[in-house]
Amino acid sequence: MTTFLFWLFALAACGGALAVVIEKNVVRMAFWLIVSLASVAGLFFLLGADFVGATQLLIYVGGTIVLLIFGVMLTATGPLSRTMTVTRGEHVLAGVIGVSLLCVFGVSVLAVDWEEVEGGELGVEERYADGGTTRPLGLKLIGIDGEKLRSEVGGRRSEASLDARLSTRKSTGYLLPFEIASVHLLVVLIGAAYLARAKRRPHERNRH
Amino acid sequence: MLPAASIVEHLTAAGLAPWLALTVAIVVHAAFVLAFFGAVPAVAIWLERKVSGRIQDRLGPTRVGGKFGWLQGLADGIKAIQKEDIIPAAADSMLFRMAPYIANIAAFGGFMLLPFSRDWVAVAADIGLFILLAILSLEVVGIVMAGYASGSKWSLFGGIREAAQMVSYEIPLALCGLVPVLAAGSLNLSVIGEAQQGWFLPNWLIFHSPFAFVAFFVYFTVATAGSKRAPFDLAEAESELVGGFHTEYSTMRWVYFMLAEYGHMFLISGVAVLLFLGGWWIGLPFIDGPVAALRAEDGRTVEREYGRIDVVDPVGETATPLLHSSTSSVLPFSLGNYIGNLIGAIVLTFKAMLLVIVQIWVRWTLPRLRIDQVMTTCLKYLVPISCALFLGGVLWPLTLTSTIGRTTLFDWPAAWSEATPLRFAAAQGAGAARGRGGDWESGSTTSLIAPSPTPSLSPSSPAAEIAR
Repeated sequence: MTTFLFWLFALAACGGALAVVIEKNVVRMAFWLIVSLASVAGLFFLLGADFVGATQLLIYVGGTIVLLIFGVMLTATGPLSRTMTVTRGEHVLAGVIGVSLLCVFGVSVLAVDWEEVEGGELGVEERYADGGTTRPLGLKLIGIDGEKLRSEVGGRRSEASLDARLSTRKSTGYLLPFEIASVHLLVVLIGAAYLARAKRRPHERNRH
Repeated sequence: MLPAASIVEHLTAAGLAPWLALTVAIVVHAAFVLAFFGAVPAVAIWLERKVSGRIQDRLGPTRVGGKFGWLQGLADGIKAIQKEDIIPAAADSMLFRMAPYIANIAAFGGFMLLPFSRDWVAVAADIGLFILLAILSLEVVGIVMAGYASGSKWSLFGGIREAAQMVSYEIPLALCGLVPVLAAGSLNLSVIGEAQQGWFLPNWLIFHSPFAFVAFFVYFTVATAGSKRAPFDLAEAESELVGGFHTEYSTMRWVYFMLAEYGHMFLISGVAVLLFLGGWWIGLPFIDGPVAALRAEDGRTVEREYGRIDVVDPVGETATPLLHSSTSSVLPFSLGNYIGNLIGAIVLTFKAMLLVIVQIWVRWTLPRLRIDQVMTTCLKYLVPISCALFLGGVLWPLTLTSTIGRTTLFDWPAAWSEATPLRFAAAQGAGAARGRGGDWESGSTTSLIAPSPTPSLSPSSPAAEIAR
């Protein structure tokens, strides 16, 4: 069942991605992009990564694509006449970028020792029992390594030492970088709104 | 992939192959949710016609199906299905045909994550609210696509307005949803609902803090805008845009948009009930108590098992095969539990329907805003208000700690709160969690939370706070 679902999502993701490349109409491309990205979200759910899957849906499918279509609708001249023309140079450039990205992905996939991963102690269903990957992610954010914690708990360390370790931990985790990034994004947002606002001179305001 | 953990367990225990059990469970859950998803709009559309009629001093539908015209929704559906399916020559036919399905799937997907009662949820996810909002935000894709693909200027305008409106209104929606989440300490909708037992006054999250009280009304306004209901229905403003994004749609494709809209209305009302209005609790302990006792028959035995496992076997030891070897992990079917859940589901549906009626009432009472007024309302007022509410919600536990010495206002009896973390582990529905009582999950609730200096490690931290 899981295998079947995996192939379903994987084929939809790859097919959608191919269709994005082949399709000429911008909005249809956006549709195929939705298919592809949503299938990737499905793969995340299949892996037990609820949080990443939901974020994928919220940000990429619900946010980015909508903005993309929105932009196309605002900027295009007439309805349904939006076909893209791609020059030869752009083909070459896109090809180079694509191949190099493929190399990066290939290297990183090959670098993983899959034997070890498959032989790991937790399967997908056990991950769901622990609340997917959400809780480890959250723990990691405040500087607690969930996996290490689990192995220590499993190894019957006494609770006292565990609590001592928790209370004396030095690491602040990823919370601070995360906050800095989000405040940065907020600043960018406000800046964009400031730049994009309608600039009216004082005497014009009287007319409105 | 465990959308239906408990049914899977039952079937596997009965000797079915695991993949077959999973398939059956998926089909059962999907069929239930789909039936509900179909029934809600039928009722809501009848209500809409009836309420609008009364508001305009008419009777509304009176004839179909007897006295009150209560089969009107069915009659509408049969009428719509018989009409001619028209795709305009100027339309992008593939996108035109896909758009209603996308809108519909998004609304339907939300129903999968909505717990109707403690144990009745199709997909019990730890971050249910987040996934629900994420899936719900996909509906706009269908609307925008419909607006674009129709090849009509009215539709395009409707689509643009919808995109601008939805993208803006999602921000205050999420921020207001976070206020009760902060109080309950979990994103799991089942846990949030279960946390609101007891008298409604301090226990329902709307009464939990002044910020939550305001947040409910902001949430409801924003959610009404999110489901593009009047006075925010700029996407289909019939006085300016003919029909907006669905101008060119006819027959069942148009009905699909309506289904999505009414489904969306019910869904956000259901989320509002779960987040603010006490979920499946009536709010009166002398009624809720017996109902909870009906369900607790099973819950208690499970709790005892959990307790035993945790005490006797050190954490981690029982990570092995409780699920498959013994039947103790499978909750036996019990009538009491079933009836308790049924009553819960009825209460929740009733409350959500009340909110739907309020939405209908608002639609037929208030005039439509202009698009710039809609955007101003959101960006200049609702976003800052919801940010302030969020900040207040964060600071509220500190205020409580300094005044009454607790972080929450929940006033459960001690017996409840002691058992609560463990019961939450059971209520989270993932059957594997149920089977592996001694695994990291409940290990964290028992061993990590209570003595540790960082109390917010697990979804059930408020309970643990009180237990302390």
